[in-house]
Amino acid sequence: MMADSDSADVALIGNTDLTSSESENNIVNTMVEKGTALLRKIEINVPEAEKRTGKNTVNMQETYTAYLIETRPAESLPEGSVPATPDSLWRRYSEFELLRMYLLVTYPYIIIPPLPEKRAEFVWHKLSADNLDPDFVERRRVGLENFLLRVASHPVLSTDKIFYRFLTEEKKWKDEVLETGFQDKADSRLKSLSAMYRVKNPDKKFTALKLYSDELSAAISQLLRVRARVADRLYGVYKVHGNYGRVFSEWSAIEKEMGDGLQSAGHHMDTYAASIDDILEEEEHYADQLKEYLFYTDAVRSVCRKHELIQYELETAAQDLVSKKQQKEELTTGTVRIFSLKGMTSKIFGQESQEQRESRLAALEQSIQEGEEALKEKNKECQEFLQTAWEDIERFKEQKDRDLRDALINYAIMQITMCKKGIQVWSNAKECFNKM
Amino acid sequence: MDINGQTLPADFSGHMLDMDEDEDLEVFSKKTSHVDGDGNPVPNSPSSMVNQYRLEEDGDEEHRDIHTKDLYITVDDPESHVTAIETFIMYRVLTRTTRSEFDSSEYEVHRRYQDFVWLRSKLEENHPTLIVHPLPEKFVVKGMVERFSNDFIETRRKALDRFLKKTANHPVLSFSPHLQVFLTEADLASHKKQGPGFLSRMGETVRAVANTVRGLKSRPEEFTQMQEYLEVFSSKITSADKVTQRIIREQKEYLDELKQYHPMYVQWANSEDVLADSLKSVADCVERCSKETEEQTQHLSEILCPAIHEYVLCADTLKGVMKRRDNIQAEFAAKNEVLASRKAEKEALQEEVDAHADRLEQANNVLKEDWPRWKSDIRTDLRSALISTAEKNMEYYEKCLAVWESFLFSQRPEPREQSDGDHVF
Repeated sequence: MMADSDSADVALIGNTDLTSSESENNIVNTMVEKGTALLRKIEINVPEAEKRTGKNTVNMQETYTAYLIETRPAESLPEGSVPATPDSLWRRYSEFELLRMYLLVTYPYIIIPPLPEKRAEFVWHKLSADNLDPDFVERRRVGLENFLLRVASHPVLSTDKIFYRFLTEEKKWKDEVLETGFQDKADSRLKSLSAMYRVKNPDKKFTALKLYSDELSAAISQLLRVRARVADRLYGVYKVHGNYGRVFSEWSAIEKEMGDGLQSAGHHMDTYAASIDDILEEEEHYADQLKEYLFYTDAVRSVCRKHELIQYELETAAQDLVSKKQQKEELTTGTVRIFSLKGMTSKIFGQESQEQRESRLAALEQSIQEGEEALKEKNKECQEFLQTAWEDIERFKEQKDRDLRDALINYAIMQITMCKKGIQVWSNAKECFNKM
Repeated sequence: MDINGQTLPADFSGHMLDMDEDEDLEVFSKKTSHVDGDGNPVPNSPSSMVNQYRLEEDGDEEHRDIHTKDLYITVDDPESHVTAIETFIMYRVLTRTTRSEFDSSEYEVHRRYQDFVWLRSKLEENHPTLIVHPLPEKFVVKGMVERFSNDFIETRRKALDRFLKKTANHPVLSFSPHLQVFLTEADLASHKKQGPGFLSRMGETVRAVANTVRGLKSRPEEFTQMQEYLEVFSSKITSADKVTQRIIREQKEYLDELKQYHPMYVQWANSEDVLADSLKSVADCVERCSKETEEQTQHLSEILCPAIHEYVLCADTLKGVMKRRDNIQAEFAAKNEVLASRKAEKEALQEEVDAHADRLEQANNVLKEDWPRWKSDIRTDLRSALISTAEKNMEYYEKCLAVWESFLFSQRPEPREQSDGDHVF
């Protein structure tokens, strides 16, 4: 059930007076509106974060942050009834990572939504890179909520039982996820990710997709780096204006007619200097929206890799079968078409007996049959993968185009806000100068 | 995390977004409105049009001055002169006057910086307690321009122009014979010999230094107030000067980084299909905002920075004036003391003392008259520079606002023909 994307667009940009956080809420609403069965049933929130101390796996004291996950029934309640208290549980970041790893392994044909960054990257000087910094924690909280909503709004992922348990079962969940045995697959997945193998006939669409995801990753990284530098500089410009505040104020003390105007102007300069903090805080939201898609490219690359692996296995299986069939032909006709050690040794050490030949032939026949089965299976796997993966890729493409356009609109709204604030401050300052 | 845009008055944002009101202001706009990347006209914000109107007014003022002032001077046309020993700049000084002391009504001469220095020192010499407008510095040490770069020459030219205009406006200084010589004589060399008065005055100043302490003790209250004012003013205006220069520096560095945005967005757009237009639009927007930032920084350099810096120099000038007045008072006090102790040569000494007394009185009166003029000048000059800066900053933000609003406007959903078929990224 594909929702009508046009109506979502109207909802998003109908009003140019939107604040950027309102625009973000629209993205969330779109996810909910698209409607998976899960989201029709429950509402998911990550409303709080809390600092905790506890013992870790090596029995050492550590400080970490725990995040509260709340779920409540999504149906509108009959009038007059008291809303039920939401179910809630606490999770830390490492548990989110565990969930995501499970999803990656279990649904290799799906582009799994990314988690917010583990450590603060692309920072400019003001933001601390400390994981316990309250601003960082806050943005991470928002990112984790976003992650859960992304999964919950995905047509395939939202149906996963382990995901549902993650949201509802605090203590036993970890055991349950480990019981699925996904970690074995996780190891082999990691191995395959780092392996180098040459695929002879990769699907052209996937090749293009991999290239695109590299380009997107590079583009966003560079953009984020420039943004951080621009933010740093802009901060400097605004803050230096604060000095005017002090100078005007001290100067106004010796002036008679100019005194009032100067002093008030000084206050406006202070306001101007202070305003940059909020402005740059807002800009972090934009950066976060870009970062989400930067991290998404990893997931896309992952799917491409999986395709390559399956394709490689398919090609290997096919190649295997071909060589076995040729061996069989050799054995039957006695001609050596291709070089084989067996062939050479039999030439050197003499022909084998009829019995030996027949048993070898039988074994080969068996192997060929198995090989044909395996090839059929592999082919099927490959086709299925291509189909399901490409379906998800199309869905992702639309989501990406929509979300990134929203991010750009967000950015424009943020710039407009900044301009309006600037106009206001300088208009006030001008009035004060006029009074001098 | 909600940001509350509540700080803006409701009518303000309405004003910005309501495009229809621009029709009333059409008559003032000389330039047609801005154009976005697709060639679609972007509505000017109303305030920017009002500012264009204001610029016209300034032009009228200049025209008026030429015809109403009885002594109108301009400095322009800087030309490089190269000799065997040195390279220097000659400026053209044009004078238009209706005064009877001048033989002709128009003069054109060529002067170099040294000549201005000579003129000023003569003016100060003859009017030790008048506030003579400062000259631009001989050499910008820590500045942002190199000697003889175009920016430096232009900045200096403007300052020299202001110096002569201010002097021409001064009720006393404008009638100085040295000024007349400066404005009219083709060759200044013969007038430039050092007068004896200068040297002897130097000697007196040195002698009187020891007495300045005494001078301070009996300094009239009003001059003490001036001194106190001057100390604080000098310190504050110097700080303001430093802040302004720092802002310009920071903005230039900000601009350098800002310029990186455009190629980033363009490069990204090249990888995209559906998103390409929006990305190119944003690239266009940031480019335009960069230009506006550049212009605004330029305005700071040309308007606010020189205005404040001029008053830093003025404050220094004034310190000199106060010192000279103190010295004159000290000399008088010294002579008076001598008179009191030596009763024999009373008559001769008495004349001297009287002369000094007169000199002191004149010096004091002159300063007393000139001070309020100067204070009113501060008010006018700095006020206008600050207002101009505030207006320019408003204009800057308004232009950027229009750029981004036009982007939002372009992103409104239109019935788009989706190209079916090859759905490339």
